[in-house]
Amino acid sequence: MLDFHLLKALHTAAGPRTLDVRLTLAPGELLAISGPSGAGKTTLLRLLAGLDRPDGGFIQAENQTWYRAEPRQWLPPPQRPLGFVFQDYALFPNMTVRENLAFAAAGQPQPAHIINSLLESLELRELAARRPAVLSGGQQQRVALARALARRPRLLLLDEPLSALDLPTRLRLQQVLAEVHRQFELTTILISHDPAEITRLATRVLELDLGQVRCVGPPVAPAVPATVVGRVLAARPGGRLLVQLTGGTQVEVSGTAVVGEQIALIIDIAPTL
Amino acid sequence: MPPDYWQTLRLTLALAACTTALLLLLGLPLAYALAYGRSRFKPLAEAVVSLPLVLPPTVIGFYLLVAFSDSSALGRFLIEKLGVSLNFTFPGILVGSLVYSLPFMVQPLQAGFGQVPRSLREAAYTLGKSRLTTLWRVLLPNMRPALLNGLVLTFAHTLGEFGVVLMIGGSLPGTTRVASIAIYDEVQSLHYAQANAYALTLLGVAFVILVALYWFTKRDAARLS
Repeated sequence: MLDFHLLKALHTAAGPRTLDVRLTLAPGELLAISGPSGAGKTTLLRLLAGLDRPDGGFIQAENQTWYRAEPRQWLPPPQRPLGFVFQDYALFPNMTVRENLAFAAAGQPQPAHIINSLLESLELRELAARRPAVLSGGQQQRVALARALARRPRLLLLDEPLSALDLPTRLRLQQVLAEVHRQFELTTILISHDPAEITRLATRVLELDLGQVRCVGPPVAPAVPATVVGRVLAARPGGRLLVQLTGGTQVEVSGTAVVGEQIALIIDIAPTL
Repeated sequence: MPPDYWQTLRLTLALAACTTALLLLLGLPLAYALAYGRSRFKPLAEAVVSLPLVLPPTVIGFYLLVAFSDSSALGRFLIEKLGVSLNFTFPGILVGSLVYSLPFMVQPLQAGFGQVPRSLREAAYTLGKSRLTTLWRVLLPNMRPALLNGLVLTFAHTLGEFGVVLMIGGSLPGTTRVASIAIYDEVQSLHYAQANAYALTLLGVAFVILVALYWFTKRDAARLS
């Protein structure tokens, strides 16, 4: 569905580098992009959307050429049938939720039907008459997603859509994203730092670092949280506890417990931030 | 009340209204280009737009007077080919006002364009909207305080214009004699009461306009948040 090779000069903390990514996406695939900040993830998405100009390469979407360096071809962003969800949501403050969607759906056949069904499936019906400023982060995120879908895109680009949300909202919206992906079967590219989120949603993951592809492949499930048992040896200042694990290893953790008490410690892989 | 009080006031308001309306049409594309353009010559264009802020009005008036007269190529073209003589006419002082008040329209608009988050513009593009639709539906509604600021400052500034009008227009009652010039004339003739009538009117209008501006700005800020 999407075939591209993109080159672009990057200004990273480690000095000037070149973003160089060559990839083919199958229809309906959900690709996650992860990597440290400055790796070129957002730049890659912006190049695909036409918001920035590549230095070289090509973008071929189905039978349509969006960009080609030689001979020069360029399809301006409004003509690329894609939906873009921005990290800061970018909802129009002067429009209500419904108007934001209507703005996007204008020009599509049966816009009223599109708007109503999106309000329904993203549970926004109650909020339709409100302006973005009074919505919570999770609600704004759902509106941003609905608005991107209202245009009936062929490609959905999500720039860290859930990173600013608290964990329960994030888990809830991961379900929404999975549901949207199942329902619309859209080719999707998602930037995410959260390994659990990537495993839950993505069919493939691309690791970027300093503009270069480190690896592409199926997502690797993060280690299942393990539990170990230990006994509190001492309580130290600042809410720190010295705990001896079964086996004799001593660790220091934060928490409250009585000296001598047996406690369970959950080892989790924290998402890299 | 001075004898041609209403005539002078009508002329003053007509000049301010025409200047404001025309500058909105001219200033919007100019401010858009200055806010989003990446040309190497942008600092040059910004300097030209800001010149009227620092130049004495008489300098602007003097050069326009020369430019409109038959001693310059432009003036000869206007007079001989188009039959338009601008000196000592209302269209002449209107052109002078446009130049003189240009920064008062362009600078607030440029700042307003700059304050709308870039992602809003980009979101509209990725939703398939043209630059014009984006301007009309997304940019302008989200920079209403800047828009109001530009309109009000231009209007109020034109009301108080003196040097440029005097240079290009002189003081022809009903044609180029605006309130600020009438004040000067009345004082010259020692008609202090009549000068005061004009001065008080200008003071009142300027004050009311500014109060309205700040009140609307406050209300608008409350509405969008």
